[in-house]
Amino acid sequence: MPDLIQRQGALDRFAAAPRNIPAAALSVLPDSARLSFRGRPSAIDAAGAAFGVALPRDACRFAVKRGRTAFWLGPDEWLLQSEGEDPATLFADMSGKLAGQSCSLVDVSHRSQAFALSGPQAAYVLNHGCPLDLSLATFPVGMCTRTIYAKATIMLSRPASDIFHIDAWRSFAPYVWQLLDEARSELA
Amino acid sequence: MLLITCPHCGPRAELEFAYAGEAHIARPTDPMALDDESWARFLYHRANPKGLHAERWRHLHGCAQFFNVVRDTVSDSIVTTYPAGQPRPALPGDDKGATR
Ligand SMILES: [Zn+2]
Repeated sequence: MPDLIQRQGALDRFAAAPRNIPAAALSVLPDSARLSFRGRPSAIDAAGAAFGVALPRDACRFAVKRGRTAFWLGPDEWLLQSEGEDPATLFADMSGKLAGQSCSLVDVSHRSQAFALSGPQAAYVLNHGCPLDLSLATFPVGMCTRTIYAKATIMLSRPASDIFHIDAWRSFAPYVWQLLDEARSELA
Repeated sequence: MLLITCPHCGPRAELEFAYAGEAHIARPTDPMALDDESWARFLYHRANPKGLHAERWRHLHGCAQFFNVVRDTVSDSIVTTYPAGQPRPALPGDDKGATR
């Protein structure tokens, strides 16, 4: 009965008609397959080869190649994200290639919802609920990290100087979205 | 708010971290060989110093790793941080440094 089970986007009711505030625009990002990879040093190169993107060894950095992104989350932990791909296919392919390695691979595609905050005032709006120094010197393009927004854990990344991607667990996504929407009200 | 330098991620706000008690307390390798007194000492007895204290913290809302911190319990200032598994560093005015 798969046609009876429909997964709804966690932000559907907000994202349909977001307020038009170009200084800090909110938009939902396309669905992605997401795998959580944790492994011994010996398995890291194999995981990069299987995924097609070498896993970054530098702390708090992500690497992108052909729609696939590898986010460093910890010295033995990466989030592997593939835009628009079927999670089951990616998982089967990766787990086959990693057979025999000392690692864990978990499909967390449905765990979180990602959205973008973009515009010249994006960093200013983010700092309403996140104390990170978001200047380009300390949070450059290509950086990612888990952190806290207000009371929710998020993964924050910066693909361009005025674009931030926020990945929040599904049940926290409306909370983070609404707080950011409130924070940017003064720019409307 | 304290600014704590994670050995992996660099300086971050205290709210990303969780405190995890005194550092450098090794679990006895053979608990069955211990008498009650020694087991109680491992479980409950802590240094509770006035001054420099080596303690474990976890970068819970970050890289999720445990690491060690030397903090002055009088001023609440953090003197240094270092990765888990490394000995307590030698520091001026710290008679326990680099000994355990
Ligand atoms: Zn960290």
